[in-house]
Amino acid sequence: MIAGGVLAACGDSNNGNAGNTGAANTGNENAAANNAGGEAAAPSGDQVFRMNLTSEPPTLDPALMQDNVSGTVADGIFEGLTKNDKNGETVPGMAESWEVSEDGKTYTFKIRSDSKWSSGNPVTAHDFEFSWKRTLDPNAAKPAPYAYQLYYIEGAEAYNTGKGDAAGVGVKALDDTTLEVKLVNPTTYFLSLVNFYTYYPVDKVTVEKDPNWANEAATFSSNGPFKLTQWEHNAKVVIERNENYYGQADVKLDKVDFAMMADSNTELNNFNTDQLDWAGKPTGTIPGPQIDKLRKENDPQLKITDAASSYYYIFNQSKKPFNNAKVRKALSMSIDRQLLIDRVVLEGQKPAFGFVPPSITGAEKSFREETQETYFSENVDEAKTLLAEGLKEEGMDSFPATTLIYNTSDKHAKIATAITEMWKQNLGIEVKTEVQEWKVFLDNRTNLKYDIARAGWGADYNDPMTFLDLYITGSGNNDIGYKNADYDKLIKDAYASADKAERVKLLAQAEKILIDDMAVMPVYYDTSSSLVKAYVKDAFMTYNGNINYNYAYISK
Amino acid sequence: MIRFIGRRFLNILLSLFVLATLTFFLMQAVPGNPFLDEKTPKAAQEALKAFYGLDKPLWQQYLVYLGNIVQGDLGISYKTPGQTVTQIISQSFLYSAKLGIFAIIVSVIVGVALGMISAMYNRKLIDKFAVVISILGISIPNFVVASVTQYYIGAEWRWLPVSGLNSPLGYVLPTFALSALPIAFIARLTRSSMLEVLTADYIRTAKAKGMSPLRITLRHGLRNAILPVVTYLGPMSANIITGGVVVEKIYNVPGLGQFFTNSVTNRDYPLIMGITLFYAVILMFARFLADIGYAMVDPRMKKSSKGG
Repeated sequence: MIAGGVLAACGDSNNGNAGNTGAANTGNENAAANNAGGEAAAPSGDQVFRMNLTSEPPTLDPALMQDNVSGTVADGIFEGLTKNDKNGETVPGMAESWEVSEDGKTYTFKIRSDSKWSSGNPVTAHDFEFSWKRTLDPNAAKPAPYAYQLYYIEGAEAYNTGKGDAAGVGVKALDDTTLEVKLVNPTTYFLSLVNFYTYYPVDKVTVEKDPNWANEAATFSSNGPFKLTQWEHNAKVVIERNENYYGQADVKLDKVDFAMMADSNTELNNFNTDQLDWAGKPTGTIPGPQIDKLRKENDPQLKITDAASSYYYIFNQSKKPFNNAKVRKALSMSIDRQLLIDRVVLEGQKPAFGFVPPSITGAEKSFREETQETYFSENVDEAKTLLAEGLKEEGMDSFPATTLIYNTSDKHAKIATAITEMWKQNLGIEVKTEVQEWKVFLDNRTNLKYDIARAGWGADYNDPMTFLDLYITGSGNNDIGYKNADYDKLIKDAYASADKAERVKLLAQAEKILIDDMAVMPVYYDTSSSLVKAYVKDAFMTYNGNINYNYAYISK
Repeated sequence: MIRFIGRRFLNILLSLFVLATLTFFLMQAVPGNPFLDEKTPKAAQEALKAFYGLDKPLWQQYLVYLGNIVQGDLGISYKTPGQTVTQIISQSFLYSAKLGIFAIIVSVIVGVALGMISAMYNRKLIDKFAVVISILGISIPNFVVASVTQYYIGAEWRWLPVSGLNSPLGYVLPTFALSALPIAFIARLTRSSMLEVLTADYIRTAKAKGMSPLRITLRHGLRNAILPVVTYLGPMSANIITGGVVVEKIYNVPGLGQFFTNSVTNRDYPLIMGITLFYAVILMFARFLADIGYAMVDPRMKKSSKGG
């Protein structure tokens, strides 16, 4: 899921740079206190929850979604085959049960028959088949930017790219309550995938009747705990309890009010004057200096969680001397990550010596716990030797003129300045820094027009694969020019494996290659910070720093 | 006169055409496309480009665009495909205009009053005080005024809402932030022209006849002294209504200002074009009206239009 979309303008500039998450707090002592859920309290007072989206949701049609402002609203008004329970575990949602075939490639979902759309139509297996094929339709009214999220399904990619047809797509409603899904590979995390917004169903009857159904509250139909009741474009969104939802008993809020405040100081002032119950991540921002202040004051309203997101630097490996692993290692080993976090970023992140963040699950425990925590250590002397050797191997006498690019943000600027200063002090090399506007930056990065660049990646789903398949040869996200046949093979084997433990082993080997090569230079694992009023209970952050307010209640 | 107006009008159309053309090609020249995104695969980006006709040669896109504007069709926003550009502009401009009109009214009333008092008590303490206030008003940018008043009056002392236009009280702070500068400017204009007028012969006559100073100022002074303010009104109104970007952001007013910058960062081409043209039309018509105003007031202009 995209970890961004924070300011409409910067909305885009923050899109996907999970690294932008403003957070503070050094330890995770706060993370424990993060879910107000543990406290037993009865709902009292107005059951209205107010939070800030920062900007207008670009769309509320799951097929067209690609940002987390839209996703934050969608997570309340839609429900997929599975959902998260109060502890963030994947549990049955619209599907009350399922069976998985021996080879792990065929899922048969039993759709519950006691839930209806807010329009009153029953939710059926046909809705799911219709919705997924609609998203994949190459001749859709508007192309779906995230259609590729469905490529796990057999025939999906072929249909979406015009090489196949709808009948070849492996999703089929056998009857009103039975949905059969055939996958390309045994995808061990498929059950958590179907909880992602691209997999949300839409109301077939409503959509077929009115192609513009998703543009206004009046014509909207959804199947989640809440329904859309007011959408004043660019001003506010209101969702209210959906009486047609099967899980009524779990829904305690009557209403969620989403504001669209673009200014982070305005958001904070509104929180402080009790006009908002939740500020900051995932869709808002707490001004950076304020986080540091709140942390020092030990403000109990400040909550900090892991965001399943990595902040790192990338090297253009099609360019000398960055094609040389020794040079890349030298740069990576000569910075002090903890110092950077404590003195510059000030948001309680964890220094990264691997690529997959700690909140990503492995076979049983977290992937980091099950594999190596660190793949290298910081060592200035070794870095110096490596740099000298690397440059010599490339036939260079000295480190060439190099520029580090990053996109507009105070935080990225501070980090870039600190890291280049560390390189200067420890290795005696000059690296210039250059700020670029988000889309210009992305354009340069994807086209390999850079030397060193900032990067950040937030998890799309809870599996190490969401990070590790970025850098296989030919991946659309391989913007570092990395090519390693061994690495590619490990990832391909992991795709094909239905055995969780074996997959983790394969992925760990792949990660080791990636970091041994220093194909990317990890800086830190990111956190998300938010301000939550004490009377808000059971609203929590998911593994990747998104909010779940579906079980929340107010206890004043 | 009619020929003058006609010429002016043609001028505006020509300027709009040049502006539309320049903006169109400049915005396309900026690197990055509207659908460029870390998590959107290239193939999907290409499909979206083709859907919106961005895969065609630039000159074709340009002709199609011109054709559409002539028919009054500004297109669909790429960022929020559920909304047309016309919808976005008309909905959000309503907020900007409402707030702007309040700010204009407040600016004129307070500014003129302050200027008058200043002139009546020329060089006295109250005048010096007014001068200091107007210098502050002119030199402090409106976003500073907005942030500071929001923090103290809204968040610290809680006298007024922090942001939003949900209640009449919500208008107070943003109106103040928007009108601080025009108030100061109008006050200075009024003061200086009033001082000039107050030394005129007919004022002395009025004084000699024993009229009260207040009556003299209001009846004979203000009427003549207000002319420069009236001419300033046109550009000021356009500036207030179109220039509230930061104030709107701080006070969370869902006005047009936010889209002006966001559309560019999003490369939302139709919205960039739509807003640029809309603002241009407003500014040009404000000047157009002012020009007609001058023409009607200035006797030389009358003469030349009669003669020609």
